[in-house]
Amino acid sequence: MPPDLATDDPPLLRFDGMERAVHWSTAALFGMLMVTGAALYAGPISVLVGNRETVRTVHVWCGLLLPVPLLIGVITGRGARLRADLRRLNRWAPGERRWFRSRTRAEVELGKFNPGQKLNAACVGGVGLVMLATGSIMHWFAAFPVDWRTGATFAHDWFALGLWVLVIGHVMFALRDGDALEAMMVNGRVPASWARRKAPRWYREMRPGQPAVGSSEVRDSEA
Amino acid sequence: MAADPTEPELTRGAPVGRRVVLGLLGVGAVGVLAGARVQDWLERVVGPLIAKDGTGLASLLPIGRFRIYTVTGSLPSKPPREWHLRVDGLVDAPFTVGYQELLAMPATHLTRDFQCVTGWRVNEVDWVGVKLSDLLDRAGVQTGAKALRFHSFDGEYTESLTLSQARRPDVLAAYRLDGGDISDAHGGPVRLYVAPMYGYKSLKWLDRIEVTDSVHPGYWEKLGYDVDGWVGRSNGRSDDAT
Repeated sequence: MPPDLATDDPPLLRFDGMERAVHWSTAALFGMLMVTGAALYAGPISVLVGNRETVRTVHVWCGLLLPVPLLIGVITGRGARLRADLRRLNRWAPGERRWFRSRTRAEVELGKFNPGQKLNAACVGGVGLVMLATGSIMHWFAAFPVDWRTGATFAHDWFALGLWVLVIGHVMFALRDGDALEAMMVNGRVPASWARRKAPRWYREMRPGQPAVGSSEVRDSEA
Repeated sequence: MAADPTEPELTRGAPVGRRVVLGLLGVGAVGVLAGARVQDWLERVVGPLIAKDGTGLASLLPIGRFRIYTVTGSLPSKPPREWHLRVDGLVDAPFTVGYQELLAMPATHLTRDFQCVTGWRVNEVDWVGVKLSDLLDRAGVQTGAKALRFHSFDGEYTESLTLSQARRPDVLAAYRLDGGDISDAHGGPVRLYVAPMYGYKSLKWLDRIEVTDSVHPGYWEKLGYDVDGWVGRSNGRSDDAT
């Protein structure tokens, strides 16, 4: 990726190799879970695919494996960036909630992730844990009260619908931002101009020496 | 709050992400504990509305819907004109009946709930079929016969009933479901319908009824379900009777 011609500002590393490996292995497992889940849930697809026992085995294994890439990434020495990004996703700067009201969006200076990404990450994490727990109750139902099996099926079904919305939303937003998509797919880097525009607070953190560009800094009203 | 703008964003601000995760876990726990009751309510109140939805999209919602379980790789399928039911075993006069011939026999209409052992229930399903006792009378059950063994034309699915269970008036060889022919997915063209028992007892793709001298546990019973699958009184469950 060439440096910005205007400022001679080289690209910034947004996601390192560990983060991309965790992202894509998790994405692959999510894809398998969604396809096999649809085949277990929707009558017409069940009919098309058949092999219910096999499909169920694949679904259960993918579900149990789903947290593994993230856990490995978090505990290994090379996961420093991943751990830092999880903290970034967790913490909401003052005023970031207002970002969802689109008319005042420009008034909040954004960090590495925008509040929509933060909310999506938290929801996928929470729903993922619920899916893991309810799926386990459904699979090892004999160990639980009978009503829990019905309740777990109920929760698993509705949370799955929510998860489809979250994943489709995530993919649609990713496809609309070519630079960010390229960063996740190719070498982890984004153009400096992208960072100044979309993540100015992160840009200042990464390039403290660079002069502030654009109007975003002065607008950080909470700072 | 006057945060230092040079402080990295990592430690700034409230841990909203963690709160969202914990909140969702709470909602999930409530779903597990109260889901059975909520599901019941949804099926009574929202189910009828969904049944009226013309687009069919609402049928993807997890409310009042059949789940299609097959035990083999592909969906068993047999057009009615090729379908035959064999009744044999410990009987005086084994016979084979075709689809049209079955439809010409005295029909029984039942409207009952369909309860699956995994928890889902479809309220007020309309069934039409021939009482199993009529088929047994036609074959003439021999003394010493104790049970029936049902075979599916998928080649795998089998089921069993004792003779007295099979002679109940709410046990049918069913050929109509909710006003239409029974589709391949629902076990057509003809399936068993054992109204007072969990769904797995209602064998799909009915092919052969064999009168036996003892109960042979069927496909699902070998996987751990109760042989006597009364709704609410077996498999450790307490569902309302259908």
